[in-house]
Amino acid sequence: MLSYAWLIPVFPLCSMAVIMLLTHRNRVLSAALSITAVSISFLYAWAIAFTVWGNPEVQRFSFDWLNLGPSMHIPIGIQIDGLTAMMLIVVTTVALMVQIYSLGYMHGDPRFSRYYAFLSLFTMAMLTLVLADNFFLMFVAWELVGLASYLLIGFWFEKQSASDAGKKAFITTRLGDLGFIIGLLMIYTGCGTLTFGGVFEAVKTGALGGAFLTTAAIFLFGGAIGKSAQVPLHVWLPDAMEGPTPVSALIHAATMVVAGVYLVARSLTIFMGAETAAMTVAWIGIITSLMAASIGLVQNDIKRVLAFSTVSQLGYMIMALGLGGFTAGTFHLMTHAFFKSLLFLGAGSVIHAVHTNDIREMGGLHSKMKTTSITFLIAAFAIAGIFPLSGFWSKDEIVAATLGHPVFTVLTLLVAFMTAFYMFRLYFLTFTGTPRDKHKFEHAHESPKVMTYPLIFLAVLSVVSGWIGLPWLHHGFSSVVFHEEPHHAEFHYGLAAISLLVGLSGIGLAYLMYYKRRIDPDRIATSMPGLYNTLLNKYYFDEAYEVLVIKPYYVMCQGWFWFDQHIIDGLVNGAGAFGVLWGRFQRWADETFVDGAVNGIGWLTRGFGATIRYLQTGSLQNYAFIVFAALVILWILR
Amino acid sequence: MTPFNLTQFYADWATILPECFLLLWACVITGAAVLGRTDESKSGTFAIWTIIGTLATAVWVAVTQDGAAFGGTFVFDRLAVVFKEVILAGVILTAAASVGTVSRLRAHRGEYYGMILFSAVGMMLMVSATELLTLYIALELSTVTLFVLAAYHKTNRKSAEAGLKYVILGGISSAILLYGVAILYGLTGTTELARISQGIQRQFMASGSFPPGLALALLLILAGFGFKLALAPFHMWAPDVYEGAPTPITAFLSVASKAAALAAFLRVFFVGGQPAQLIWIQAIAALAALAMIVGNATAIVQTNIKRMLAYSSVAQIGYMLVGAVALDPWGATSISYYAMAYLFANMGAFVCVIAFAERTGSEEISDFSGLSRRSPILAGFFALFLLSLAGVPPTAGFLAKYYVFAAAIQKGYLWLVLVGVATSVVALYYYATVIMKMYFPAEQTEGGFPVARTLTIVLAVSALGVLLLGILPGPVVDWIKAAAQSFVPPT
Repeated sequence: MLSYAWLIPVFPLCSMAVIMLLTHRNRVLSAALSITAVSISFLYAWAIAFTVWGNPEVQRFSFDWLNLGPSMHIPIGIQIDGLTAMMLIVVTTVALMVQIYSLGYMHGDPRFSRYYAFLSLFTMAMLTLVLADNFFLMFVAWELVGLASYLLIGFWFEKQSASDAGKKAFITTRLGDLGFIIGLLMIYTGCGTLTFGGVFEAVKTGALGGAFLTTAAIFLFGGAIGKSAQVPLHVWLPDAMEGPTPVSALIHAATMVVAGVYLVARSLTIFMGAETAAMTVAWIGIITSLMAASIGLVQNDIKRVLAFSTVSQLGYMIMALGLGGFTAGTFHLMTHAFFKSLLFLGAGSVIHAVHTNDIREMGGLHSKMKTTSITFLIAAFAIAGIFPLSGFWSKDEIVAATLGHPVFTVLTLLVAFMTAFYMFRLYFLTFTGTPRDKHKFEHAHESPKVMTYPLIFLAVLSVVSGWIGLPWLHHGFSSVVFHEEPHHAEFHYGLAAISLLVGLSGIGLAYLMYYKRRIDPDRIATSMPGLYNTLLNKYYFDEAYEVLVIKPYYVMCQGWFWFDQHIIDGLVNGAGAFGVLWGRFQRWADETFVDGAVNGIGWLTRGFGATIRYLQTGSLQNYAFIVFAALVILWILR
Repeated sequence: MTPFNLTQFYADWATILPECFLLLWACVITGAAVLGRTDESKSGTFAIWTIIGTLATAVWVAVTQDGAAFGGTFVFDRLAVVFKEVILAGVILTAAASVGTVSRLRAHRGEYYGMILFSAVGMMLMVSATELLTLYIALELSTVTLFVLAAYHKTNRKSAEAGLKYVILGGISSAILLYGVAILYGLTGTTELARISQGIQRQFMASGSFPPGLALALLLILAGFGFKLALAPFHMWAPDVYEGAPTPITAFLSVASKAAALAAFLRVFFVGGQPAQLIWIQAIAALAALAMIVGNATAIVQTNIKRMLAYSSVAQIGYMLVGAVALDPWGATSISYYAMAYLFANMGAFVCVIAFAERTGSEEISDFSGLSRRSPILAGFFALFLLSLAGVPPTAGFLAKYYVFAAAIQKGYLWLVLVGVATSVVALYYYATVIMKMYFPAEQTEGGFPVARTLTIVLAVSALGVLLLGILPGPVVDWIKAAAQSFVPPT
């Protein structure tokens, strides 16, 4: 069964092709196809997980894709281990839920079929990415998910902001991909292969090491910085919220943005072999986490709060990996995928009901949409790390991973506090209190079942998916998803208590400020205008890029344009003029010599064919003559 | 004489079973048609099932039998498997593409398929022949039936002319080939390729030089193959015959018949002529360069699409033979892969011409203008095949060119590769001109038309071949490489 795992991405690929080519006019059929395909992949993924988990062997199936001569060939194939199985489950589960949810959310959209084709494309690419057994195939899939992300962010391209956001996402991540490809080329130069097995072997034997490996690893991490929206390339993710909300849930919360985390996790051997690179990873992770969480404290757009929360949580995972916490990073990746996609889908349900993203226009929605509110609350508790929900277990592992690095431990707990705070600020402002926009409140309603059922399913997962890490289970998460070899992580009761306390105090502060209104948030904001505005404007990253990168780039482009217009075109026109002159000479030569020769041959041919012209095939003898003439010439020249 | 041995007898005939099977059904189909017992649609279906049956027996033989039969004159090795499958694929696509053409024939509809099958028998024998007389007879069997097929529209003057030209020039080239074989026999006392190779080597060791007639013999044989392959300057018949013959037969001629000749060429020169490579390798390089230059340059000025494709196929053979200068397993691999890529692309291109001509009655390039509006599917397929012929990724044509060029560069034939690259640019020009006309017409032409169902299937299969070979080449190349390594002597 494992050797046919390559079929998992093939199902969505087929559904995409069929929708694009045949059924795009039939909306129901298109959606049904897409959902069927992803369901099959979903079942297959679970079957694989049950086969693989508990079996520590890595399964590889590959063949020569490109055979470019005696010494060069590029194999491609799939690799299945605990990490791949977990990623398959995450991707197919969230994809399936999002596709079902979209039936309601995208109902009536004029490009409904195309939406499902794009979702299928994305699912295919993402599944390929996690199955690949080499960096080469992974990179191809990496670019394909980028393409799907671009297409879906700009799905409503009539909106200027959406099409701009699509471009921004594509170009920004492309900068990271440049680093990725440089890293890959360096690795290939260093060890002559791009298969995971070969590269990691080279690192372990020391064939690849030292400053070279460190540089390569940092370039490689560039890809993760772009895809997983780490500082300084995080600017695209908040804007990517212009896409349909289910897309945000699938691509920009649960799956594609964790590709960078997956990349680091997959190539952890490389980072562990390069100390400096690993510390760079950890620092970028924690800085991103801190920065994004602080921005999340003050945003008023429901999706943007979630977007910054995503960036912050991704930073968490990256940091954990940088510190060597393979299990912590990947475990949090999984639980986060479930509760964050739930949060996004819940937000989508709210937006669907009130037709605004601004939490200042919401409030009191709990009474109108109970399912959405309760599932959202569960997810909020999970992300805040409250016992016994999934986030509690994975966040605890992350905190445990920072042990021995006190700075990281403190900052991690600080982020945990902020996370709990902004998430409950969001919850209280949206679902409790008095409605601030009466008109919108009047029209609000619970979403249809096709949207709420996925919420319930994900809520269940948000609760239970962490229980695999229960301390009294002998086979915790680390025994199924591990680096090098299974090991049993110690559960730290003390740390767990501290992080739980931190989460609860974050919630408590939000409760006081936004539910009980004991503390006036506006007073705090006005008392610290500098800090507040910096956070509200996201540390002015976009503005800085505008001034430092985009403006100079335009100026440079204008310079090149001038150069092109005056220097290059001058050369081209000069060459053109010369060409005309040369052409005139050629024509003269042609008319004199070539035509003369041609006419001569014609005369010869006529002379030759004159005798047996009545065969109607005047030139047959000519053909035979050429055959013999060629033979004679070859004989002479031999 | 070795005494009669029943086991050997059985093994010999089991090895040749696919050919026997094909021959039997060719006789049945032709016989039934002559006796007037069937209509043409049945013959066509029969023919296709026969080929499928042959494929199955060939696979069975490939699995169960291996090695030489009939005292070493016939061999069913991996190279034979590769080329037999290519040829049978070509035959099956030709038969499927012929349905419309045959239904418009006034007489002898059933025999048409019979002739194709007879020709296929000849081709299959040809790729297995390891002895020159067997090879010659197989070649004649395939060619004589092609003479008939080329002239099948016998009331059409162009078709009749094509048949006649083909017969006469074919006769001359056969004579040339036989001369070469005779001289070679005189020099080495054998017609078996492996022993010819040994004989040449022995004489070279003994006297330090090649026997005086050897160069003449090899050049004559080369010229004989040059005719079959339509290699410049022995290609002069091709444009006239391609234009005049019924289009499915043109496709058949340009694909299957060339594949068979190519396999025989590989055996004769890579095995038999291998010790004398100093003599012929320069000649091959020169002829390949000439074919690329002449074929591509002449194709530019054509106004008839079939003539253009005829000259383009002259150039394509030139590209294939670029791989021959390597004279090692990789060279043979590159040639075989090229033949496979060329099979699907050229077959597809000709079927596009058939589909177009069936609806519009025209074979002029200018009439393809605006095809993308009139029949988007046909235009899309045609563009794909032309791009593959031009060697644009991700089609099979790109990798095919890469392989032959890489093989030649490894042996230091940089100049030949430069000629190849330069002429590819020329080639891209005339292929792209057709695509430009289809997609960006000067004025809009009206009147959409559908494509016949069987033709659509043939087109889809060819397109799949072109794309799969281009996107997923690894397994196929490994398969061919194993075949090449099994028969090319190590250098």
